[in-house]
Amino acid sequence: MNLRTAIRLTSAAALTLAVLAFAPPQTAAADTVDPVADAKAFRKFFTDKFPKVKLEDFVNGPYSMNEDMHRQWEEKEQFPPYEFSLDMGKEMFTKPFKNGKSYEDCFPNKGIGIRQNYPYFDEKEGKVVTLELALNRCREANGEPPFSYVRDEMAALTAYMAFTSRGKPFDIKIPNDPRALEAYQKGKEYFYTRRGQLNFSCATCHVQSPGERIRAEVLAPALGILNAMPIYRSEWSGMGTTSRRFTTCNSQIRGVPLAPQDDEYRDLEYYLSYVSNGLPISGPGARP
Amino acid sequence: MSMIKASSLMLTCALLMSGATSALAATEADYKTALAAAEAANKEAAGLRNQWTVTAAAIAAAKKAAETGDFDKAVASSNEAEALAKASIFQATSEKTLWKDMQIR
Repeated sequence: MNLRTAIRLTSAAALTLAVLAFAPPQTAAADTVDPVADAKAFRKFFTDKFPKVKLEDFVNGPYSMNEDMHRQWEEKEQFPPYEFSLDMGKEMFTKPFKNGKSYEDCFPNKGIGIRQNYPYFDEKEGKVVTLELALNRCREANGEPPFSYVRDEMAALTAYMAFTSRGKPFDIKIPNDPRALEAYQKGKEYFYTRRGQLNFSCATCHVQSPGERIRAEVLAPALGILNAMPIYRSEWSGMGTTSRRFTTCNSQIRGVPLAPQDDEYRDLEYYLSYVSNGLPISGPGARP
Repeated sequence: MSMIKASSLMLTCALLMSGATSALAATEADYKTALAAAEAANKEAAGLRNQWTVTAAAIAAAKKAAETGDFDKAVASSNEAEALAKASIFQATSEKTLWKDMQIR
């Protein structure tokens, strides 16, 4: 290497270092999709905001935000309002379809204790598959008509499956597939995007204002919000699925809801479940 | 004098052609034009997956008023629906980047 070449190489290296030094690292970081960092920041935000709330208690939604409400909830749990749904779900789950098969044949471990693994990213389909969707696909594959995603039958089935998984930590995986990462990111975008005439995003209520009242309701924190699904809501005088919760949230802010299990809702459930990884399944839940 | 008269006549005509038209009752054709504009904007909002319930309600109110022959009300509701739909389009478009400001980091 002669002197001239050496000078050129040194100059090039110095220039590269200078460019790297002046590059805006924050901009690059903001556009990077990093679910692990997201989940860590998400959890930190809520534990910092509510230092007195135990991590596993966030899954109890509004009841984790207020001591009096927590006591009310503990009393309510003596005779839980979702019990009838649980019984119905158990009966439905074990009853064979007309072809002799049952839900047990569609799921790993015969569907027992697996709630914490849903939704998952199906690499064959290239999309997120939620538990509600998997249940209806199971029905259709066995010649049965699908259930409405927002009615009692679906709530009962998911209630039973959640009950058999109680205490198991959410374990949502993002496979090494760019489509999975894209689904996660789209779910995140949906969560933070303002919509409806009221110009609310999911985060407006469940990140900016958990513990605050919106009319008579105490808003739940987004951390662990899906761990209790499905829920019995006194306001609804009945059970509600995750689909019912999402569509109702949209209409409450004066946005036209999408169809249950549209891609946006599936991605949203994927994102919200992932950032609650490690928190226990507590469904079925009860809410005011 | 005739010059002044001619100017006054022209001014009167101009006033009648502009401001005075709003005082006239709306016709079915006005309603149809206004409704088409509202529905087109709402369709665009649907494409952005961001329709508002109030837009649909204003369109329904316009159609109901038209059925009873109240085209003034039908046009007013159609115009309201169009404005709402355009606001939802603006929201969806601006939120494509603004959502990032809200995220937990």
